[in-house]
Amino acid sequence: MPESIVAELSSRFGDDSITPLTTRDETPTLRTPQEKIVAILQYLKHEIKMPFRMLYDLTAIDERAYKKEQNGHKPYDFTLVYTLFSFDRNQFLRLKVGLHGEFPSQDTITHLWPAANWYEREVFDMFGIRFNGHPHLQRILMPRTWQGHPLRKEHPARATEMGPFKLFDEKVDREQHALQFSPEEWGLKRHSDDADFMFLNIGPQHPGTHGVLRIILQLDGENIIDAVPDIGFHHRGAEKMGERQSWHTYIPYTDRIDYLGGVNNNLAYLLAVEKLAGIEVPLRAQVIRIMLCELFRIASHLVWYGTFAQDLGQLSPVFYMFTDRERVFEIIEAICGGRMHPNWFRIGGVAQDLPKGWDTLVKNFVEYFPRKLREYDKMVMKNYLFKVRTKGIGIYTLEEAIEWGVTGPGLRACGLEWDLRKKRPYGGYENFAFEIPVAHNGDCYDRAVVRVEEMRQSLRIVQQCLEYMPAGDFKSHHPLATPPVKQHTMHDIETLIHHFLNVSWGPVIPPGEAMVCTEATKGWNSYYLISDGNTASYRTRIRTPSFPHMQMIPLISKGYTVADLLSILGGMDYVLADIDR
Amino acid sequence: MINAWWIIGGVLFVLLNTAAGLIWLERRMLALWQDRYGPNRAGPFGLFIVLADTLKLFFKEDWIPPFADKVVFVFAPAVVVASVLMSFVIVPFAPGIVVADLNIGILFFLAMSSLGVYSIVLGGWASNNKYALLGAMRGASQMISYEVFMGLALMGVVVLSGSFNLQQIVESQRTVWFVIPQLLGFLIFMVAGVAETHRLPFDIPEAESELVAGFHSEYSGMKFGMFFIGEYLGVTLISAMVVTLYFGGWLGPSFLPPVVWFAIKTFAFISLFILLRASMPRPRYDQLMEYGWKVLFPLSLLNLLVTAAIKLWLVTK
Repeated sequence: MPESIVAELSSRFGDDSITPLTTRDETPTLRTPQEKIVAILQYLKHEIKMPFRMLYDLTAIDERAYKKEQNGHKPYDFTLVYTLFSFDRNQFLRLKVGLHGEFPSQDTITHLWPAANWYEREVFDMFGIRFNGHPHLQRILMPRTWQGHPLRKEHPARATEMGPFKLFDEKVDREQHALQFSPEEWGLKRHSDDADFMFLNIGPQHPGTHGVLRIILQLDGENIIDAVPDIGFHHRGAEKMGERQSWHTYIPYTDRIDYLGGVNNNLAYLLAVEKLAGIEVPLRAQVIRIMLCELFRIASHLVWYGTFAQDLGQLSPVFYMFTDRERVFEIIEAICGGRMHPNWFRIGGVAQDLPKGWDTLVKNFVEYFPRKLREYDKMVMKNYLFKVRTKGIGIYTLEEAIEWGVTGPGLRACGLEWDLRKKRPYGGYENFAFEIPVAHNGDCYDRAVVRVEEMRQSLRIVQQCLEYMPAGDFKSHHPLATPPVKQHTMHDIETLIHHFLNVSWGPVIPPGEAMVCTEATKGWNSYYLISDGNTASYRTRIRTPSFPHMQMIPLISKGYTVADLLSILGGMDYVLADIDR
Repeated sequence: MINAWWIIGGVLFVLLNTAAGLIWLERRMLALWQDRYGPNRAGPFGLFIVLADTLKLFFKEDWIPPFADKVVFVFAPAVVVASVLMSFVIVPFAPGIVVADLNIGILFFLAMSSLGVYSIVLGGWASNNKYALLGAMRGASQMISYEVFMGLALMGVVVLSGSFNLQQIVESQRTVWFVIPQLLGFLIFMVAGVAETHRLPFDIPEAESELVAGFHSEYSGMKFGMFFIGEYLGVTLISAMVVTLYFGGWLGPSFLPPVVWFAIKTFAFISLFILLRASMPRPRYDQLMEYGWKVLFPLSLLNLLVTAAIKLWLVTK
């Protein structure tokens, strides 16, 4: 398949325009010249047979500090990475464009994919790469007054490298001035021919936004004319931290990306690291991982379920659901010791074997939970008012969903039966039997239907883990597994050396790049890791599902009312840290 | 007129204490239904939480936002408490225990409860805050749609009893409580009553998850406390009216004094209000208005028409 793409592109755009690159993952990676990329993307999206309809990710790499030559190519100053996905082919495609110069620029692709808007803004914000023709090239994650572009290699990673912080009067004035709201800056008009609009600032502190999210609403009465999400309040520079932390010590940071998804984040990160290192995870570790991931999926969906009902004014379900989530956490706590951020997966396996009595805990929960789900169906899903508030609200079609990069339950609610765990199994999911729930209307209610059914399917997977938990190692004996299994260290000098190095410096992961896309609780989550053969990653790109979902808010909330916006936000199931990272 | 002053004093005392006690009751009952404890630390069964809450409200800074319309801002919370308390004037708690035995009792109740909406509109307007304004707008639209058929629903009772006087309405329920011949009227009045008190599921002017705190977003301290008390007084008022109009008021077997029967029945409806809050989501305000105008309004007209026809038929027979 990759060869055919290369051949097709070469024949159309000339042999010199396509250079296949080797990576550690299975994603075909092609380098293309800067001037041809937009045409190639246009061709891949619209003209090729079985097109690549989804812009999965768009990011950049600062290549200036990359020491070792990779793939024998002359180094560039920056590289833009476009990752596409084709549902027809079930295939990712990565296109790289090398850029020269300190502050290079590149043509926008927002006319091809509206979803590229935020991605290009992010690249501009983080790297200072400008996009010609972009409709609104502003900072997106960093404050507008920020100096520098954080993911450039010369930008300090720690506050201690930046000199003492001083707040001069003029700086206060500047910051205050930057906070002044002016609708024109956001591309909003103050009035139409027959109405003066009201601008309602929802958030960053608001009970309905589930975190520090700001949405600027342009209102005519209660009707939403336009909505502009303003994100970045939760930005903690997780990608930058990846360049400083060792491969091993970065794991706890991943926990905090989708902070409701817990170990699902660990998994997405570690699958990529293990692919780079070439580690085979033992079967028992795989099954333990899957069990924990599914338990976290249930926990995450329970939070969404309760808060969604609460957004619509139903006060009680959230208490019942948090109580049940507490039962999930009891199991997670018994196994991992942690609760929301267990930091429990390790390179090559998991931190420890399952504790004695874990099976009883899991068994009790598997028996207990279906009854509660039925109860919640009656309480929430079948509630007349709940249906009235969610049916026909926030609709998007399947085409729009793919166009805007919607993944996960939001995609399945449009009728596409697509779950990465089934379609591109990773980490051992191919061994499990479960259904992919789908719904067909693409409204808030259907997204809820899909998630509720997903909890049942997750429970099925947990039950299978319980019944068929294999015996064996909980961590690989590969020398890069960290921390290495200790039992051999006192018998074997090799293992002792590995243990010492992996614990002190951290493992040295061989050079290369890899990405493994996982079906996280909110959608597709992946870590695109580039190693230059060091103890830390050269570039960590975290592609999170909530980011494109939030970008879609203006599209799906126009024409509805303020009350509906809360249904849409609640039905979307986003986590602010998952948007801002 | 010593007697009247005693009644006024007694009614005020009981009502204000009930409203304060409802803070505790609501929190405990919600907690019961939501599988949690609720306030249970201060005093027996956590009862002193009422005291603590009230003290806290009294000692909070009496803050008026600089951008607010000061006079109206201060005036608004008083309106709700005053209008609800005025409504209680006509409620007969037991034979003879009524502040003013007006022969237009029901009309007076309707007039006073309509005044209550001014506190929402004025409070929301004077706050000069967009959330408050949206809340006030919603409050106003909700009230306009619900006042109409609340009155219409009540007319069925008036037709049956032949009087606007609440004592006489209670007396005419000796044979059968009006809830039986007026079941539809009762249901409509109940829905309108919940909307009138803007409690969940019709707490649309507040709508915490959408409008932060709606019309009283800018209020704090005892001014907020007035809205709070006003809401609980409203709940008590609607419960008391439901009992008086449809559930035989103070009537009941003679082993308990009439006023106790009245209190028990009222309490049952207050609990229903709280249960509603624990179980229902909130509709959108246009859906609520649509439901009011397109469903409940014709129904209440129909109810009045049928009741009047039957009454006429009975009289002429």
